[in-house]
Amino acid sequence: MTTQSETWPTTESARRPWVDELQQWLTTVDHKRIGILYVLVAILFLVVGGIEASLIRIQLIRAGNDFLGPQTFNQLFTLHGTTMIFFVAMPLMFGFANYLVPLMIGARDMAFPRLNAFSLWLTVSGGFLLYYSLVGGYGLYGAGSAPDVGWFAYAPLTSKTFSPGHSTDYWTLALLVSGFGSIATAINIITTVLCLRCPGMTLGKMPLFVWLSVAMAILAILAIGPLTAAQAMLMIDRYLGGHFFDTQAGGSAVLWMHFFWVFGHPEVYVLVIPAFGIASEVIPVFSRKAIFGYPIMVGASLAIAFISISVWAHHMFTVGMTPAGNTFFVLSTMAIAVPTGIKIFNWLATMWGGRIEFRTPMLFCVAFLFQFLLAGLTGVMLSAAPFNWQLSGSYFVVAHFHYVIVGAILFCAFAAFYYWYPKVTGRMLSETLGKLHFWLFVVGFHLTFDTMHVPGLLGMPRRIYTYETGRGWEGWNAVVTVGAVIQGVAIVIFVINLARAALKGPKAGNDPWDAWTLEWSTTSPPPEYNFATLPVVRSRRPLWDLKHPEDPDWKYE
Amino acid sequence: MTHLAGTLEIEPRTLPSKGKVGMLTLIAAESAIFVIFVIAYLFYAGKSLSGPTTAILRPPIFFTICLLSSSFTVHLAVGALRRGRWAPFVGWWVLTFTLGALFLIGTGLEWKHLIGEGLTIRANLLGTTYYSLVGLHALHVLVGLVLLGAVTVFALLRKVGQAQAEKVDVLSLYWHFVDAVWVVVFTVVYVVGR
Repeated sequence: MTTQSETWPTTESARRPWVDELQQWLTTVDHKRIGILYVLVAILFLVVGGIEASLIRIQLIRAGNDFLGPQTFNQLFTLHGTTMIFFVAMPLMFGFANYLVPLMIGARDMAFPRLNAFSLWLTVSGGFLLYYSLVGGYGLYGAGSAPDVGWFAYAPLTSKTFSPGHSTDYWTLALLVSGFGSIATAINIITTVLCLRCPGMTLGKMPLFVWLSVAMAILAILAIGPLTAAQAMLMIDRYLGGHFFDTQAGGSAVLWMHFFWVFGHPEVYVLVIPAFGIASEVIPVFSRKAIFGYPIMVGASLAIAFISISVWAHHMFTVGMTPAGNTFFVLSTMAIAVPTGIKIFNWLATMWGGRIEFRTPMLFCVAFLFQFLLAGLTGVMLSAAPFNWQLSGSYFVVAHFHYVIVGAILFCAFAAFYYWYPKVTGRMLSETLGKLHFWLFVVGFHLTFDTMHVPGLLGMPRRIYTYETGRGWEGWNAVVTVGAVIQGVAIVIFVINLARAALKGPKAGNDPWDAWTLEWSTTSPPPEYNFATLPVVRSRRPLWDLKHPEDPDWKYE
Repeated sequence: MTHLAGTLEIEPRTLPSKGKVGMLTLIAAESAIFVIFVIAYLFYAGKSLSGPTTAILRPPIFFTICLLSSSFTVHLAVGALRRGRWAPFVGWWVLTFTLGALFLIGTGLEWKHLIGEGLTIRANLLGTTYYSLVGLHALHVLVGLVLLGAVTVFALLRKVGQAQAEKVDVLSLYWHFVDAVWVVVFTVVYVVGR
């Protein structure tokens, strides 16, 4: 029998000139290179969005600060939000899915490799379009050089009257273009998983990361369509003189809210569901136990995806809906805590009685469990309409969703970096730098985002560029900014670790974590064709079966 | 290292076709876009503050029949290609294209009439929602016609045979979708929305 890690001899052992190398990367249709490019783009925009966040925090460090003007402040929080959601979090998750899904199901590439490359470059173009408005957004009247309408761009602020010039149009185009890319990627992921699984890889034997990528793709397909439609309507209003959101002609500003949030809320789950997938791969390996309750995990994930489509109007309690509408959205929002709670208990049960190894990926996942629980609890608080009436639009909400996006999604993304970096590059990241990154980031995160709840409870509204003294907000805001600085330092250490390990990290070998899914059966980095011979699997942990022929999993599943 | 499954046999299975799954997923995504435009149309029905009303809309019965029958002809065309019968395939395929083109001409005539009546996209909410919804559908018909036309050219060049039946079938799924959306748009605009 052949060995799994066998590679076919390559004819191109000599190093090619860098122009050729660059051309290879820019024209690639290989899912692994596309995945890496997605992640590199995400890191680039993470730095940009992080700098924007730092500027915002410097402005808010003390009362009456004049570091930034109100117009610049509006532009910065719009760019920060749009960048982090569409050009950091989504490319990160799509990058991981692109790289890992074909490897995990024993396929040689995605179902539509060229469409895959097209999606990547649409996303990149979207990001550049957003930032092009800094130079090209001046428009006829010299008004606005970057979008300043907030990331949810409520009407009528986006009308020609209030947003002259072209900066809002660049924002719209950026989201339209990257949205088409995201829809195409989602189509690609679903098709790959349904059509390219290796022999024996039934749906019930797929790694949970693959299942969660499918759930993410389903949600992306259902959620990004409405965003695309709403953006098209906004373009019709702004350029063809339409009246969709023109209140003067009977149009409705509230309709935009519905259309945006029917995308906007599932979008949170588009991002957090792959984070669940990462945790579901990392936690079992470092607990040395198979995942607890696999079928329930799959069911709960699909239930979360399903329920998340019907909760959007909890972003709109303060707008004033009917009592029936309020009640429905309160209950549906609370209901989503049930499958989410099931998942948390399953991860805990996986760790229970396991031989836990606190390597860097596991540390990030453990922190994720705590932080995601807290984020979920403030979510349940905010889901109660009367509580929401008090705190909607305050820093409490800002703290809540950053707890989800940073505390859950970014922490899992870091876990994924430390866990799969050896597979992608063939080299190990430094554990010392990794632990330093982890602890600094945990301290910075909690200083910033635990503290941020308090000024919210004290009534500090979001999106104000400054505030008066004597409201009791100064001290809290200063601590929040200090925390942001510590997080910035941690990110610098992380980037140094990535760059240093790429050059002189110790060799990783095929399977440095003694893991069980198919990506660890091939070389690190994997050859272009992934597997010389397509694997055949009989259980959810094919490499366990291979390493323990006396006690294989398939006897029990 | 041996075979990952050991020596036991794995039962053979057939996975669904990539083209069909990809097209059905695309159709799901497109449906989400159409749903939002349909909701906007229904939400704004009768809420225009001024300008023309739905009384000037004339249901395009003939052109609707054209478009709906093109679903049957494309089905017959794919069936003929599956059996490797080239001439009937080309015949039904060209007929499909013609029916689709007729529909688009019908939309154009209807728009000409409505613009003459003073209903433009900027006239009022009816104009905005009507032209957006019907226009979005017409755009899909146009894309479909381009694809149908491309296949026609390849077919006349004898590049389309039984081996391509699967791919042509995937395209026909898109065409059926365009027809099905028209049933919804027609119902919304000419039945419910009036």
